[in-house]
Amino acid sequence: MSLDRKAVAHIATLARIRVPESDLDGLAGELSTILGWVEQLGEVDTAQVEPMSSVVKVDLPRRKDEVTDGNCRDKVLANAPEPAHGFFTVPKVVE
Amino acid sequence: MAGLTDLTITAALDGLVKGAFTSRELTEAHLAAMAEARGLNAFVVETPDKARAMADASDARRKQGKVGALEGIPLGIKDLFCTEGVQTTAGSHILEGFTPTYESTVTANLWRAGAVMLGKLNMDEFAMGSSNTTSYFGNVVNPWRRKNGSNVDLVPGGSSGGSAAAVAARLCLGATGTDTGGSIRQPASFTGIVGIKPTYGRCSRWGIVAFASSLDQAGPMARTVEDTAIMLGAMAGHDPKDSTSVNVPVPDYRAVLTGDIKGLRVGIPKEYRVDGMPAEIEKLWHDGMAWLKAAGATPVEISLPHTKYALAAYYIIAPAEASSNLARYDGVRYGLRVPGNSLDEMYELTRAAGFGKEVKRRVLIGTYVLSAGYYDAYYLKAQRVRSLILRDFTQAFDKVDVILTPATPSAAFGIGEKADDPIAMYLNDVFTVPVNLAGLPGISVPAGLSADGLPLGLQLIGRAFDEATLLKVGQVVEKAAGFTAKPEGI
Repeated sequence: MSLDRKAVAHIATLARIRVPESDLDGLAGELSTILGWVEQLGEVDTAQVEPMSSVVKVDLPRRKDEVTDGNCRDKVLANAPEPAHGFFTVPKVVE
Repeated sequence: MAGLTDLTITAALDGLVKGAFTSRELTEAHLAAMAEARGLNAFVVETPDKARAMADASDARRKQGKVGALEGIPLGIKDLFCTEGVQTTAGSHILEGFTPTYESTVTANLWRAGAVMLGKLNMDEFAMGSSNTTSYFGNVVNPWRRKNGSNVDLVPGGSSGGSAAAVAARLCLGATGTDTGGSIRQPASFTGIVGIKPTYGRCSRWGIVAFASSLDQAGPMARTVEDTAIMLGAMAGHDPKDSTSVNVPVPDYRAVLTGDIKGLRVGIPKEYRVDGMPAEIEKLWHDGMAWLKAAGATPVEISLPHTKYALAAYYIIAPAEASSNLARYDGVRYGLRVPGNSLDEMYELTRAAGFGKEVKRRVLIGTYVLSAGYYDAYYLKAQRVRSLILRDFTQAFDKVDVILTPATPSAAFGIGEKADDPIAMYLNDVFTVPVNLAGLPGISVPAGLSADGLPLGLQLIGRAFDEATLLKVGQVVEKAAGFTAKPEGI
């Protein structure tokens, strides 16, 4: 699979990473090389093979549905870049 | 006090018991060594005040007869572990200044065992790298140098490069690392120390900054097998806060180091003889086989036929999981924020400024392979290949008890070499990645020197949750190799 600059720009938008126009061609080359290399997996016959979903065969543990944590607003906000009035803040999203 | 930094953890524990020195004296010796060796750039943050307070508290506990398994032992902590009140960056600009309000389970276990924190160790950004050259806080320098007069700065390996350099340079008695594709074992091999990646689920991942959640595992790095055994015993254990941590008993790893490996079957996988492998690595591997045979074990040739596909599967699975995990760095709740006119613009500018080149490359690859229309062809395909890699190991362990391989395809290389070719860099992990994909434990033990006088390691791979056998066999390799070399000036 070879990616062009348009495809890279689309992936960057999906990943929410701003990529300058001048970097698109370089990245297209790098990503295409890596994707070309991983395509060797096509040689492996996996028709009868289930995808591995976990390393260790254990049932997902369940716990009681009860509150075990909380009342720590200030700790939660301690590293927020711009907290205000006990909340996280973001640029205005509703007109 | 001179000489204190050159002790093993085992010897330091003995000295503390006998009252030959205090934890405070041991800690001061390491703080002084750290100050002298800042040129290695092994630490992102030094915590001398905290270290002294913890050492004094340990000495006080000892007077009251309360002695943990690592009582008074100064350690370095990879900057991927959240440490309460101490900056935790994962080597990234996007987390610069992030100060957790909680402690990771593994580090909390170490402090409960009496250990002392010296500081946070440099690493590849978000643990993505094999040379410790992707950290926002600069390259880590390997304390070892080639003996051919070239005197270039060498990489310590990665991603736990700060941990490896600090342990090898005698800046701490041991360190924590994490290993997603070789990030404990490869740097351990490059710096002449011991590193063990436990079975997936052996150590809690709670409070460790996530890279690839189905592969990440914490483990110890120290200068002897016995030292890593002591550390692993303290780090491991079930944690209800990590649903992938497994509730199985943690053996007394020190007690299993009997040296008795008579009758043990040691698998030698023929697929690990890769093209272009240096003769000195091949020789080291043969030395390892001979040592184990002399100790009463039986080498058995085995086949792991899907080995050659492990790296390609890894470079789909790890970036895919990373792109998902790193979605949380959005400039809203913690870390860097670059203002934008809209929410999306703020996300994009924050992530463009906060992530380094290799992290962006992997997030983009991961986003692509998970995107609509490509998920089956890439991610599911890789997960199917992963099933086959695990099956290879499962079948091999019907015939053998442990597997012996080289740890890395070369000795440490110069900083900047391989920088322009991501795939050449990825090939560093050719012997270690399959172990992560299968979730198995692996240990790297220093076993010899390259022609240039640089350390080389051998890897042992074990059955799931059989770290005990790895440590036992690892110590036999360690003793037979008699690796006593040290970096120059130490």
